[in-house]
Amino acid sequence: MSTLSTQPPAPPRRTANRGISDLALRNLFIIPTVAFLIVFNIFPLIYSLGYSFTDFAANQNRPWQFVGIQNYRELLADEQIWTNFVITAKYVIVSVAGQMLVGFGLAMLLNRAFAFKGLVTTLLMLPMMMSAAVVGLFWQLLYSPSWGPINYIVGLGDFGLLSDADTALYAVAITDIWMWSPFVMLLSLAGLSAVPKHLYEAAAIDRASGWYTFTRITLPLVSPLLLIALIFRTMEAFKTFDLAYVLSVQPTTELISIKLYRLAFQQWDTGRSCALAYIVLIMVLAITNIYVKYLNKVKER
Amino acid sequence: MLRRHFLFTTAGAALALSGAFTAPVSAADQELNIFWAEWDPANYLQELVNDFTKESGIKVTVSTTPWSDFQTKTFAELNAKGDSYDLIVGDSQWLGVGSEQGHWVDLTDFFTKHDLKNKFLPATISGYAEYPAGSNKFWAIPLEGDVNGWAYRKDWFEDPKEMTAFKAKYGYDLGVPKDQKQLRDIAEFFNRPDQKRYGVALYTDNSYDAMAMGVEQTIFTSGGSLGDYASYKVDGVVNSKESVAGLQAYHDLFKFTPPGWNKAFFAENNQAITEGLAAMSMNFFAFFPALANPKTNPHAAATGFFANPPGVGGAKFAALGGQGVSVVSYSKKQDLAMKFLEWFVKDETQKKWANLGGYTCSKAVLTSPEFLKATPYNQAFYDSMSIVRDFWATPEYAELLDQLNKRIYPFVISDKGTAQEVLDSVVKDWTATFNKYNRYKK
Repeated sequence: MSTLSTQPPAPPRRTANRGISDLALRNLFIIPTVAFLIVFNIFPLIYSLGYSFTDFAANQNRPWQFVGIQNYRELLADEQIWTNFVITAKYVIVSVAGQMLVGFGLAMLLNRAFAFKGLVTTLLMLPMMMSAAVVGLFWQLLYSPSWGPINYIVGLGDFGLLSDADTALYAVAITDIWMWSPFVMLLSLAGLSAVPKHLYEAAAIDRASGWYTFTRITLPLVSPLLLIALIFRTMEAFKTFDLAYVLSVQPTTELISIKLYRLAFQQWDTGRSCALAYIVLIMVLAITNIYVKYLNKVKER
Repeated sequence: MLRRHFLFTTAGAALALSGAFTAPVSAADQELNIFWAEWDPANYLQELVNDFTKESGIKVTVSTTPWSDFQTKTFAELNAKGDSYDLIVGDSQWLGVGSEQGHWVDLTDFFTKHDLKNKFLPATISGYAEYPAGSNKFWAIPLEGDVNGWAYRKDWFEDPKEMTAFKAKYGYDLGVPKDQKQLRDIAEFFNRPDQKRYGVALYTDNSYDAMAMGVEQTIFTSGGSLGDYASYKVDGVVNSKESVAGLQAYHDLFKFTPPGWNKAFFAENNQAITEGLAAMSMNFFAFFPALANPKTNPHAAATGFFANPPGVGGAKFAALGGQGVSVVSYSKKQDLAMKFLEWFVKDETQKKWANLGGYTCSKAVLTSPEFLKATPYNQAFYDSMSIVRDFWATPEYAELLDQLNKRIYPFVISDKGTAQEVLDSVVKDWTATFNKYNRYKK
């Protein structure tokens, strides 16, 4: 007995202390999320797929009718929709290419030690923290030929970048580049700082040129992260609505998402707008898939 | 313990939540929610309804949303048969969809009981209350009368040097334009890009009805039309010689707007005056108080106002703005809403409404010398209110508006196509839309 009394008290059983099992904890976190996703995401997704085969109009009290693939057929044969897709494609290419170049360039500049590096990096990230509607509103002022500084600085005179039908889309893309380059910069910076220093040291010993080091060491090692940035930005640019909607009312800047909004919430052509939403979804999925396949290849290397 | 604690907390939260939804909410029963767009008159209305609360104990909140979002938010709520709002101060074009889809409560009996047909200006009854036209069925009470008018720089117009130069160039005296031709001449005369001065500020925003209001007003004054609203006839009407001349006139006036004037609505057009950019600016009267106020307009003392001048053929028209207040048929507090309307149509309430800055539609108030002399723009407002004409109010008006916007914008702003081609295309689009809604099978 005496020996027993000298022993330290047995530690309480772990399960009793936890009060809630791992399984319960997992369920506690996952079930609300899954329920939320099902109610607000999956269910409307399936519901709208059903609507896309009907002539349902949310603003009318008449019963809807099943119209088969008529909505899809008419949309894909509609010249205006293709114009919207071409505008969107142009916008995605210009805007994403610009962001990749500017973002990666900034990351290269920041990937070295200098005074106030943290502050500069934070300041450079400010644009992407703002609301797109606010960015749109103040860039509208910046672009104004009457009181905006851009025309004054660039010397454009009375030429309105946003008021000219041919340049308006590029003006919107420039704003998007300004706003989202920091995102690419952030991902590139993460990639750049992960490149092992000894590779650069070895290259220096071998007297490799700057270009050679960049193309053989930096770019291949950063490319998986760059591709992720590219995927995100392409998907986002494809869906751009707010920025373009606030900045311009030119028909030449009517991106597919703006067209979709007008069809759904101004004309209340619910069935057809659901079909268009599905066409857009399939396109985004297809483009993303190509990227993801390529990303996997890059990773395997 | 933790699990029990968690269960208790969840159960407690669930109880509290269910309580919030099911418990009798006597305070909320005595509350009315009015929905309107975000602008000064909505603030005046909130001020006005505080008196009603004092008298009746019913709390009234005026909820607002920006103009660009107003239509979407309203119809998202109405299409879902939501009861968030008891009353909505809706645009005149919404009468068709509001009445045909059952969103608005029929106020015909209320109109008869209070003899409102004789109490309000006839133009505001047909503009904001009656649908279909001439049917004697009423769906709203005229609340904010509004119409498109013009502000101008009196000091520029009265400058002796300018007057002499103008007379030498055009052969008649510079002054408030007597017709659309003079309006164009004056715009051309003051358009001096080298001095950062421009002739005119027009509506060009095509995201809702701004540009359409400007264009329709010019088409109407040219003797043209947007169609026969009763028979839905558009071919030969919308693309008539007169309508084409009207659209051409708007296109020609656009050449005298400040640079970059491609998305302008009320804010930009008021800015054109406050910034000293333009000699004349088109705007709804609801936005003129800001131009007459020296705190918001440095040129307030030198700003004058006039009603839209007639066309050369003598047609006098101005685009109708403004809204009527309707009772939402899904509201559970329709009795309170009716009580509010009974208070709102009283003469003394209408007088107070005008004093606060609201544009009453009450005949008694509008014709009183006191009202006409109260501001520099009230006389022009009264003159304009008697020449109003509106866009389509048919339930499919939003589609018509979108189709019109899409066709006229590239022509006016970017000089694409001709006025005839544009209006021919509008006729094609609108005919297709009316066919879609079986408008010709009656």
